[in-house]
Amino acid sequence: MTAPATSRTPAAQHPEPPLVALERVERTVLIPDHEPLRILQGVDLEIRIGDHLSIVGRSGSGKSTLLNILGLLDVPTGGAMSFGGVPVRSMSEKRRAVTRGARVGFIFQQFNLLPGRTALENVMTPLLYARGKQFWQRERLATEMLGLVGLGDRLREKPHKLSGGEQQRIAIARALVRSPQLILADEPTGALDIETGQSVMKLLDDVARESGAALVTITHDPNVAALAHRHYSLQNGVLVDGELTA
Amino acid sequence: MTGLIAALVEAWSELRIHKTRVLLALIGVALSVAALTTVVGLGNMSREAMVQTQEQQGGRAATVTAEVFPASGEVDVPQVRKALEGLVERYGVEHSSLRYQTSVPFQFPDGASTAETMVVDRGYGTMRRVDLSLGHWFTRSDEQRLAPAVIVNEAFHQRLGLPDLQQNPAVQIVRERPITATVVGVVPNQWPEAPPQAMMLAGHYDAWALGGEAMMPPAMEMWVPKEIAEPLATAMSSDLAAQFGPGSAQVFRSDYAAFGDPFESIQLAVGGIAGLVLLLGAVGLLNISMVTVRYRVREVGIRRSFGATGGRIFFGVMLESVVATFVAGVVGVMLAVAVVKSPWVQDLIAAGVSELPPFPLEAALIGLGAATVVGALAGLIPAVVAVRVKVIDAIRY
Ligand SMILES: Nc1ncnc2c1ncn2[C@@H]1O[C@H](COP(=O)(O)OP(=O)(O)OP(=O)(O)O)[C@@H](O)[C@H]1O
Ligand SMILES: [Mg+2]
Repeated sequence: MTAPATSRTPAAQHPEPPLVALERVERTVLIPDHEPLRILQGVDLEIRIGDHLSIVGRSGSGKSTLLNILGLLDVPTGGAMSFGGVPVRSMSEKRRAVTRGARVGFIFQQFNLLPGRTALENVMTPLLYARGKQFWQRERLATEMLGLVGLGDRLREKPHKLSGGEQQRIAIARALVRSPQLILADEPTGALDIETGQSVMKLLDDVARESGAALVTITHDPNVAALAHRHYSLQNGVLVDGELTA
Repeated sequence: MTGLIAALVEAWSELRIHKTRVLLALIGVALSVAALTTVVGLGNMSREAMVQTQEQQGGRAATVTAEVFPASGEVDVPQVRKALEGLVERYGVEHSSLRYQTSVPFQFPDGASTAETMVVDRGYGTMRRVDLSLGHWFTRSDEQRLAPAVIVNEAFHQRLGLPDLQQNPAVQIVRERPITATVVGVVPNQWPEAPPQAMMLAGHYDAWALGGEAMMPPAMEMWVPKEIAEPLATAMSSDLAAQFGPGSAQVFRSDYAAFGDPFESIQLAVGGIAGLVLLLGAVGLLNISMVTVRYRVREVGIRRSFGATGGRIFFGVMLESVVATFVAGVVGVMLAVAVVKSPWVQDLIAAGVSELPPFPLEAALIGLGAATVVGALAGLIPAVVAVRVKVIDAIRY
């Protein structure tokens, strides 16, 4: 990759706006006959292209909720959030879906591959929601991406015949096939043994770095967290800098 | 545009994944469409066949018949014929034919005897869909013949000794100087023990001055557009009354549809049954697509996390249903055509009809249309369910 084109323009003096910016973000759920459940409180976070973040936290601390908000699947109930410089509050549901498709890639703990469909079909799925070249060349793009994660010879295999590590590599290919700017991985190694998990995580880290995308990883595994540059922990809905202690 | 194609691509691959379930649902839809199309097709075809039969007896819709019965009781045939021909000319009627029943003495191998003879114009063949068992209806060149041409019934033909029509068989009309007529066609007997009967062109009848005894006063049949039939009859009626005196002329609609289409109620009943059959098919399909959508809540969540909009999910589920039922509809229609076109069924509905009615395109279109509508209806509820899926809950486990 060449140096950013902006370096010679006057705009270089001002840093590029962050890809995602959260300011005192809250997420509260109303439960009937109960006090409102405050899942996230006062979360401040900025994510830029090329960032690699890790978020750790106990079960139920709100990690998945935060990730869903970052990926526009959920919206904050308080505070301010912008995605690509646009306030999320002003985005319609459809706009969020289209933005998500074009700029976000999700990787889940349980892989969430579509059952009954081949590796290739799974990786092609996000391209069905793309326009133009990405749609028409979906088979070629998906094949290339599967080659990149080392599954070039398993294109026609259905997920249930593959190992967990292989399935998660399909999921990585699927998350990256539309070249997103933000990759969100929710415990990507949670269902894998330590060694497989490490090799999968190494792969994810490599492809993310190569594509220049930002990567946010939720994990319980300190080895996985160690691959990131910035480390956060969620404690009862509050995001704090640094590794989880105790 | 890409969106539509992408949705179609997605729907098709979804169908392939859920093959078995879809196949089961589709067998139901295909069968109901086949039933619907068969019922509509059979209904239309037997209606067509019945109409043909009726038209042979009373003329096509709308046929207006003009008759004159002078108050005196004395029918001046040439005068009446002139008046009737005048009507045709004055009102510019395109299709018309004289119908004048007389009797003419013929010389048969076993002796001379008179035969009921109908004097008509060339148009009568088309207007009444005259069905010939041998030979042909009067043609333009028959009109130019140097001998009168006759069309006889089978009894007449039999009595002549079943001559071969290719040989232009002759029959003598008894006169002081006998006239030789040529038999050009044979029509079936109108009833089993019918006596020998003949038909002859008015031009020939006049040219050879065959003027026999009038069995019925001459009548004029006119085939006119339905909309003008009534006013035309009224106008002609007063026209004739002016010439022959009040009450001596009758102009009326004589075709099968004169008092409304008698087949309308049959078709309504048939349509009702068909609709019911299809409703059953739709309920079956809805049931199966509901099962499918529940099973797919997680999938919907996954697809949405990769950028599928709500509209796209809705449209996708709907389209899946429509694509599937359309294919089932095509199969059903083909099945219906096979049933209706089978020789056994054809014999049943089209017995004694000259032109076998073709399979009605209308029935095929109704079948396909109904399949598509059923697909859309059965897809609607699951599509709404799919759109309402809470993405976050769907991908949580
Ligand atoms: N829609 C909701 N309604 C009610 N409670 C919710 C809802 N969404 C999340 N919660 C609750 O909020 C808390 C945080 O959920 P979240 O899934 O973000 O946790 P997590 O940190 O990802 O946990 P884990 O490590 O187990 O995945 C949990 O107690 C969860 O039950
Ligand atoms: Mg979680």
